[in-house]
Amino acid sequence: MILQVDHISKNFGGLQALNDVTFDLPEGQILGLIGPNGAGKTTLFNVVNGVYPASAGNVSFRGEDVTHNKTYEMAHAGLARTHQIVRPLNELSVIDNVMVGACFGRHSHGLGEARKIAGEVLNFVSLGDRAEQLAGSLNVGQKKRLELARALASQPYLLFLDEVLAGLNPSEIAGMVDIVKQIRERDITIIMIEHVMHAVMNVSDRIIVLDYGRLIAEGTPEEIANNPKVIEAYLGDPKLAESLMSEEA
Amino acid sequence: MKTWRKHLGLVVSLGFVLLLALYPIVTGRDINRETTFTILMSIALASSLNILLGYSGYVSFGHVVFFGLGGYVGMYFLSVHGWPLWSALLAGGLASGILAFLLGKAILRLRGAYFALATIGINEAMKAFINNFQPFGGPIGMSLNFSVYNDYGGAAKALWLTFYILVAVTLITVTVSYLVRTSRFGLGLLAIREDEDAAEIMGVVAPNTKTWAYVLSAVFPGIIGALFFFKNINIEPGPAFRLHVSIEMIVMVMLGGQGTVLGPLLGASGYQAMRGYLLTSPVFKDIQLAIAGSLLLIIVLFVPAGVVGWVRNRFPATRRVLQ
Repeated sequence: MILQVDHISKNFGGLQALNDVTFDLPEGQILGLIGPNGAGKTTLFNVVNGVYPASAGNVSFRGEDVTHNKTYEMAHAGLARTHQIVRPLNELSVIDNVMVGACFGRHSHGLGEARKIAGEVLNFVSLGDRAEQLAGSLNVGQKKRLELARALASQPYLLFLDEVLAGLNPSEIAGMVDIVKQIRERDITIIMIEHVMHAVMNVSDRIIVLDYGRLIAEGTPEEIANNPKVIEAYLGDPKLAESLMSEEA
Repeated sequence: MKTWRKHLGLVVSLGFVLLLALYPIVTGRDINRETTFTILMSIALASSLNILLGYSGYVSFGHVVFFGLGGYVGMYFLSVHGWPLWSALLAGGLASGILAFLLGKAILRLRGAYFALATIGINEAMKAFINNFQPFGGPIGMSLNFSVYNDYGGAAKALWLTFYILVAVTLITVTVSYLVRTSRFGLGLLAIREDEDAAEIMGVVAPNTKTWAYVLSAVFPGIIGALFFFKNINIEPGPAFRLHVSIEMIVMVMLGGQGTVLGPLLGASGYQAMRGYLLTSPVFKDIQLAIAGSLLLIIVLFVPAGVVGWVRNRFPATRRVLQ
């Protein structure tokens, strides 16, 4: 197990954002994390990642307890993430952005080595020809790929993708889904939060569903799509689920 | 040849400092030396502040505290213990570095305006403390006996010596600024400047990185403070911790271009040239600081990147030269 989330709870004052969430993630899988808006998906990322301390429960990453780790300690341990709302380092060039990932991630590379890795990763996400441009000048789709490139450059074991498809047009989505599948082939485990249903159903090996901070279902994409609890809480109309599943093809 | 080209930005900046330094040496006139001393001191102070302000984005409004403390520690060892100049300078730099390290641990967790306010508070607190600290002479301060210059071949020679030392310190400061800018450490600082939380998520250990930047930006003002007050022969709390010097340092960095190596050099020279003119002009001499303040306002509003930043953005081809 690369990640074990054990009875994690998180409250902000009176608001229970996460309530006793437990799941395991074996290495090499793509785990889809879905749920309605405000279900606590990003909060779950933030707690595992060290942005917020957990109110209760434990997280262990590659066999080590990391519940109280800082975000940079998680990065050094081999966890990388993208942000739902992109956070490029605007006044730095695209390649410098990616080099930050390579320099300070799992390996503390020097600048020379980092530049090489950054070049490769940028080609991988098709941003190679924009390397010297300022990150702030990219469009949203490119910024999403930059986020991904930065995360990959840190050579993580586990990658958190927070809505990398949101705001992309259909052809960009297809391109991004392709990239995600290729990342798995590099033996990087992935958890992805996604609202674009047909995409997440398509790439995930397994899906977990959050609703009001609780884990309400867990299973393969088919099981999830047919789970009455999920349909009720999230999709609302059983017919809608069928139509979404058919979009896959 | 190849390394020379690779570090063109450094060569340009060091060349600029050396040209300035040559002016009084070639002309041999004391008045030119005094003018250049002020300019070089400003360059070194602005370059030091730039390591914090320009690279990591933390605005220190009380940076003069390191200049004052360095001056006091240096003068203490010179006057009370009779240390030689070079070790007093190092003591001044070390004291400022240690103060920055301790402060960094305490106040660098504050962000934006809160950090800036805290730095002002620290300068004022230090001034009040020194005012009441008898070993440093309290409100009267400390003076050197004029005979101290005899060890350096008399006052005239000692003044030239301080000038040469300042040239060396300025060259070192500019080099350090360049090395930081182009290093892995500097990349971490720039990442912090752009988005501290995102930088930490990518693995930049922000608390330590910021603290070391603060220490680096404090050491050189400490050395320069000790050197300045050695030349000045006496030190008092008022002149040592003058808040407006801090603000002038910020104006110089912003004018030239924060976050660039060359910017503080141009900013400091330009500002001092302007200040020299205003101080001697019968019309402007009383409102010189008001003009500095207006200048800061204009820069922040219209050219936030400063002169060097503006040119770099406008003419990308110059980026290799203007770093």
